[in-house]
Amino acid sequence: MDALKKRRLSLMKRLVTLILIIIILWASSAGSEVSISSLIDGLPGMGSLFLEMLPPDWSYFSYVTDPMLETIRMAIIGTTYGAIIAIPFALLSSRNVVKWPVIYYPFRFVMNLIRTIPELLLAALFVPVLGIGDNAGIMALSVFSFGVIAKLAYEAVEAIDNGPLEAMTAVGANKIQWIFYGVVPQVIASFVSYTLYCFEINVRAAAILGYVGAGGIGLYLNNTLKLFQYQRVSTIIIYTLIVVVIIDMISNKCREKLI
Amino acid sequence: MIEFKDVSKVYPNGTKGLNNVNIKINKGEFVVIVGLSGAGKSTLLRSINRLHEITSGEIIIDGKSITKARGKALLRCRRDIGMIFQNFNLVKRSTVLRNVLSGRVGYHSTIRTILGLFPKEDITIALNALKRVNLEEKAYSRADELSGGQQQRVSIARALAQEAKIILADEPVASLDPLTTKQVMDDLKRINKETGITTIVNLHFVDLARQYATRIVGVRAGEIVFDGSVEDATDDVFSSIYGRPVKQDEMLGAKV
Ligand SMILES: Nc1ncnc2c1ncn2[C@@H]1O[C@H](COP(=O)(O)OP(=O)(O)OP(=O)(O)O)[C@@H](O)[C@H]1O
Ligand SMILES: [Mg+2]
Repeated sequence: MDALKKRRLSLMKRLVTLILIIIILWASSAGSEVSISSLIDGLPGMGSLFLEMLPPDWSYFSYVTDPMLETIRMAIIGTTYGAIIAIPFALLSSRNVVKWPVIYYPFRFVMNLIRTIPELLLAALFVPVLGIGDNAGIMALSVFSFGVIAKLAYEAVEAIDNGPLEAMTAVGANKIQWIFYGVVPQVIASFVSYTLYCFEINVRAAAILGYVGAGGIGLYLNNTLKLFQYQRVSTIIIYTLIVVVIIDMISNKCREKLI
Repeated sequence: MIEFKDVSKVYPNGTKGLNNVNIKINKGEFVVIVGLSGAGKSTLLRSINRLHEITSGEIIIDGKSITKARGKALLRCRRDIGMIFQNFNLVKRSTVLRNVLSGRVGYHSTIRTILGLFPKEDITIALNALKRVNLEEKAYSRADELSGGQQQRVSIARALAQEAKIILADEPVASLDPLTTKQVMDDLKRINKETGITTIVNLHFVDLARQYATRIVGVRAGEIVFDGSVEDATDDVFSSIYGRPVKQDEMLGAKV
């Protein structure tokens, strides 16, 4: 009797959840004026665009190799800077490393605040300051990577085994030795893994930052689109896809090795 | 020599961990502390190297007050006290050698230790420490590749590498099976005999306490209720420490 009641209740709960999801979806699509019918109306247009993109302009490959390399370089430098700044923040935000709330709360706050800013917005903010070009892109990616890596690393630090920390206190280690012998070896593998993961995201992000003038291949994508050079557009898209897939493959291999 | 002078400890929630404890432990003794769960054994042991701060009184080690030590002086005091934990507390992802070497950090500058630049003598000291617990061939294995008993012996090696004058062991065999228990206890006892290192061990097996101790200290509700030789620690004494007759499962022999 009781079991039946419980099952009925949980069924009700699921039904209500489903209805809620449908309402939210409907309301938000109405709000942003997205409709299935306009998507269907657009289909023929998409088809003809697709045809215009074929065949890709193969000669354009060598021409965009330099901006492609610049894109990767931006991602590498941005990830590296972000990861380096993330280290002290991750440590200073962790309750098990810093015992005082007056320190770890402010650091967490800054970290969480920065995390909420999307990379494209960051780039748009840095372009007026640093001028058009890859410097703005690198800064945007650094700040963005910092947010991602610091948050993930801080969670990893808070989850470590307390035992080795206690042992390091007992051997008479000072605070820095305590961190390097108790904390670091427990989180280093996760940290490197998060950094690689962030790098994968950054390669994708770097490819579109050019849209707001922050360097990389995005600028070329934007220009060719404006000039209706769809065969060159498809070259850029294919090139980006290949690069992303290769980088993901290498990065994944590295991350597997870390575990 | 370790000397407790009117030591009391009250936890923030009001629990009395230690209540006016006075005891002297001489160099080279092998003291086993016994008592029920919650009696205050860990509190007693951990107040010696100040992993727990005491509320009042003073603890003197070799004539110096660790209670009053601050900053570097406290680190120096701790360096001379090795600690062995129930859960070994090794860094599982690091090599055995690095775990043992971590006992040496108190001897060198911060910069040198964080770069891992230990002098050759330190490597020798660490390898010798491993040799004494028969684990030198495991020096370059990752700590988590070792069995529980082996990991505990690595933690003994860490205390040896520290060149500690005192070893504190808080239930060192509680998570080990009877056979490895014997190995670990034998190692502690042998090292105590060979080097005269003062050893204090919390145990909850009555027969183990009798077998290894030179002196037994009984704790109940934060107070020392017995302090004497193994011969004096009769079944009746244990019953009075525990406040009830000794149970079968408090004998390791019963588990073998
Ligand atoms: N951090 C703490 N906060 C509050 N009370 C504590 C704390 N640690 C220990 N106590 C209390 O202090 C008393 C002594 O604890 P202690 O850990 O020293 O006992 P023990 O003899 O080591 O027991 P066990 O055999 O279970 O390890 C217990 O009543 C315990 O509940
Ligand atoms: Mg205990």
